[in-house]
Amino acid sequence: MTTEAADPVEAVAVSPAADPGFLQRYGTTIEYILIPGAALVGALAVFGIFVALFGKNPLDLYFYMYQGAFGTWFSWQNTLTRAAPLILTALCTALPAQLGMVIIGGEGALLIGALSATSIALAIPWAPPLVVQIAMVCAGVVGGGLWITLAGALRQYRGVNETISSLLLVYIGLAILNHLVEGVMRDPSSLNKPSTREIGAANMIGSIPGTDVHWGLVFGVVAAFASYILIYHTVFGFAARVAGGNIRAAKIVGLGVGKLILMICFLAGGAAGLAGMIEVAAVQGRTNANLAAGYGFTGILVAFLARQNPLAIIPVAILLGGISASGGLLQRRLGLPDASVLVLQGIIFVFVLASDALYGRIAFLKGKS
Amino acid sequence: MDFAKISRRHLLRGSAALTLGSVLGVRSAAAADTTIGFIYVGSRDDYGYNQAHAQGAAALKKMRGLKVVEEEKVPETDAVEKTIESMINLDGASLLFPTSFGYYNPHVIKMANKFPKLRFEHCGGLWSDKDPKNAGSYFGYIDEAQYISGIVAGYSTKSGKLGFVAAKPIPQVLRNINAFTLGAKLANPKATTQVIFTGDWSMPVKEAEATNSLIDQGVDVLTCHVDGPKTMVENAARRGAMVCGYHVNQSPLAPKAYLTGAEWNWEALYPKFVKMIAAGEAIPNFYRGGLKEEIVKCSPYGEAVSAEARKHADDIKAKLIAGGYTIFKGPIMDNKGKTVITAGTDRGQKDPELEKMDYLVEGVTGATS
Amino acid sequence: MADGTIGLWTVPLAVFGGAVRVSTPFLFVSLGECITERSGRINLGLEGTLIMGAMSAYGISYLSGSPWLGVLAAGITGALLGALHAGICSLPRVNDIAVGIALMLFGTGLAFYLGKPLIEPTAARLPAIDFGWWSDVPQVRAALRINVLFLIGVAIAPILFWAFRTTRWGLLIRTAGESSDAARAMGYSVLWIRLRATMAGGFLAGIGGSFLSLFYPGSWNEGLSSGQGITAVALVIFARWNPMLCLWASLAFGGAAALGPALQSVGVTSGYHLFNAAPYILTLAIMIITCSPKRTLTGAPAELSITR
Repeated sequence: MTTEAADPVEAVAVSPAADPGFLQRYGTTIEYILIPGAALVGALAVFGIFVALFGKNPLDLYFYMYQGAFGTWFSWQNTLTRAAPLILTALCTALPAQLGMVIIGGEGALLIGALSATSIALAIPWAPPLVVQIAMVCAGVVGGGLWITLAGALRQYRGVNETISSLLLVYIGLAILNHLVEGVMRDPSSLNKPSTREIGAANMIGSIPGTDVHWGLVFGVVAAFASYILIYHTVFGFAARVAGGNIRAAKIVGLGVGKLILMICFLAGGAAGLAGMIEVAAVQGRTNANLAAGYGFTGILVAFLARQNPLAIIPVAILLGGISASGGLLQRRLGLPDASVLVLQGIIFVFVLASDALYGRIAFLKGKS
Repeated sequence: MDFAKISRRHLLRGSAALTLGSVLGVRSAAAADTTIGFIYVGSRDDYGYNQAHAQGAAALKKMRGLKVVEEEKVPETDAVEKTIESMINLDGASLLFPTSFGYYNPHVIKMANKFPKLRFEHCGGLWSDKDPKNAGSYFGYIDEAQYISGIVAGYSTKSGKLGFVAAKPIPQVLRNINAFTLGAKLANPKATTQVIFTGDWSMPVKEAEATNSLIDQGVDVLTCHVDGPKTMVENAARRGAMVCGYHVNQSPLAPKAYLTGAEWNWEALYPKFVKMIAAGEAIPNFYRGGLKEEIVKCSPYGEAVSAEARKHADDIKAKLIAGGYTIFKGPIMDNKGKTVITAGTDRGQKDPELEKMDYLVEGVTGATS
Repeated sequence: MADGTIGLWTVPLAVFGGAVRVSTPFLFVSLGECITERSGRINLGLEGTLIMGAMSAYGISYLSGSPWLGVLAAGITGALLGALHAGICSLPRVNDIAVGIALMLFGTGLAFYLGKPLIEPTAARLPAIDFGWWSDVPQVRAALRINVLFLIGVAIAPILFWAFRTTRWGLLIRTAGESSDAARAMGYSVLWIRLRATMAGGFLAGIGGSFLSLFYPGSWNEGLSSGQGITAVALVIFARWNPMLCLWASLAFGGAAALGPALQSVGVTSGYHLFNAAPYILTLAIMIITCSPKRTLTGAPAELSITR
């Protein structure tokens, strides 16, 4: 998938500019908007039929989905808050995908990142907030980064499949977190909810001014743009894409594939670890089992829906954030069970994937020449 | 298709109170109505913790002038803040019941500060003087009901060995284990309780394994403290052991093996709260009670419970309801031989020391870490 | 033993009992996935299939009163989800790993959606065969109460092993997995072979789900499968696409899962979170030891996207 997931901007740049025909020039770009859009509409139609089978009015459904996700300023903030961690965890899958690796362990890196960030904050309570926050970012990135680098190193040096090892590392990471949070790191006063001590209100990173959305969104957008530039506009990214397309070719041109794997895995894990740090520093204020809320797993979905393109991750994360934001309204107004959000996500995902088959096949977009 | 039929009937039942017709966009909350929001951490049909709360919410739905909105499977992250805000902003909720322990800090506190005119009733008994006045936290002394279960179990066991499948070694769980054991010792001074911690609130396979391991050790009466006791009840009954239920009445699952159980009585408490508010009375911020206050109750005795056991249990139940009876009455030793409550010390139900319980009493096999 | 207890013997007995009880879903899913992956496709969606199978088996058993009809329904549901997976994957340029993740969500969501009214009722359960009649020790008798699905699973492993080597279908599946060009040159449709292999895999995974809801733990609820389907898919790669190794791996995984509670019941109480993670740590450790950077994955079907 990775080799085909060409990015829209570059695809346009590459297309011959000799013929100034509109479709000729923008056909591919239009495709990249039109096809996923049509897939989305198709998925919503199928979901509408599904709920209609249970006696609900699909028009109500669409209205409440819109209202819950984007209908009011509050809904927008709700959506963006939920999207924020997804951008970062999606990068944990999308970056290694450039190398043809399938990493599904973002959840584990998130937990370890959160644990590292909390540890450092608790270790330097005397430091001024800004120092603590910077230390937390570093610790989160390094903790999460090393966690996924472990999967990358096992692949490189021991030939262990990275998909499995990263998944196993999720369960192991969760066990370590629980073990520490209920053991040596436990705040004795966290009686019935075993947690670490709090990092302190002064060290919290708070919300973007004028909104309820925490700074994690900005971190996510910046990381997505940085990843995009790294992958598509640097030699390093070019080498990664070459290696992802064909490892042997990469070796022939003298690329150090091992080094690439380790560095990309570190960045990927670092993104998820940063998401964990933000959950601590912007939301929970401490580490406990609440952090395992599945952001890492939803991030996999986001990455695949965005076809592993770091920039496309942003709108896809917002879309999925919107779906989960509207899920509550569907439960309350239509009496649908919570699982309807999962069903809808599954249907959208299936449609978007199936629509991959349509690229380059829509006659009128191919131009007349 | 049969599935569609039963699901539809079920859904209609579940949503009867929130049906809106199909009028798009009409704010349904009529001015005279009070809208109450219920938030559950798991599925409200879990036959356990969440279902007990949903039964309480169902009792409110029957009252006039009330509209109840519900949302299930809301994780203990900022998602619960957004759900609360959504219920307030989009549904007009003025009284909220976030029913999971982990919602309180920081999420409910944050929302209570943000909406000072609205009322938040959290389940968990966590309120302290520092917290906002419009937030409250209630909980039940369900160890009283566990004590009664213990008495019945003590009479019913032949091997003198009781089993307890528990999620985590936190004070609330330890208190239940200890009360169950102390009750059993009233009936049979030689009775012991073996405890196995599964590590999390809902792990059916682990719970089944724990149940089997306990029975392999000679245990013949079991109870539990996990979110959904169904797995333990069914698997124990299959192996011919007796069970005491938890959260809700599970006797239909194993009518012959079911002795009694410790149940929540939210159906009684929630209407009481609403009536107090309607009458202009203030609900105490920290509201706790046991059998006497009708916050907890015992399941009706099963057919296997002997007349002697019924008499003894009823006798103690009457004393608890009358007040003045103390379960944790010194001297009490822990299972390492250390005195934890000295002779002459009575730790009544409201004693804050009991909230910090970190020991297992003499007669319990197991360790807190 | 006079007092009816067996002391420390609980641990080996629980590990054995656990290997039999807990391993069955792993076994069915991994054998099913083995067929699918041997044909050159990976179906990560078996987690969703497992849960759908568990729910539909419970629902049909509850409505019809016959648990075996439930097992059949679970298998058919699984095969249909497999067909859906194969159908979407047969479109050009569609990534099978991604489709698997999509169907994992879809299957899980659909099962939770339709399964809400099934949590409370009790459905007819699969019977167990009493292999422990010879023993006086109730613990041994309990551990030897074995469900026939487990025996079927154990029987399927060598049959599959044999079938892959010697039967025409086995060879066709392997050819499709090793080189789709070769299969095409022989005049067979690769998509058609993979469709059948994926449906067969889904069928087995669905039956694995029915074991969860109809035998052990033996009821339907939403926490029933905590990642067992996806772990079983991982086991296939761990087992190098060899059905016999899938059998041993599943048994080891089941036994390891029983270790934590059993150790607690005899008084080993510290670090139970780490003991609960034992199966995962064990798998990772074995993979680190047995893999080699030189030959990444011996036995890997060459067409498999995950190993390419």
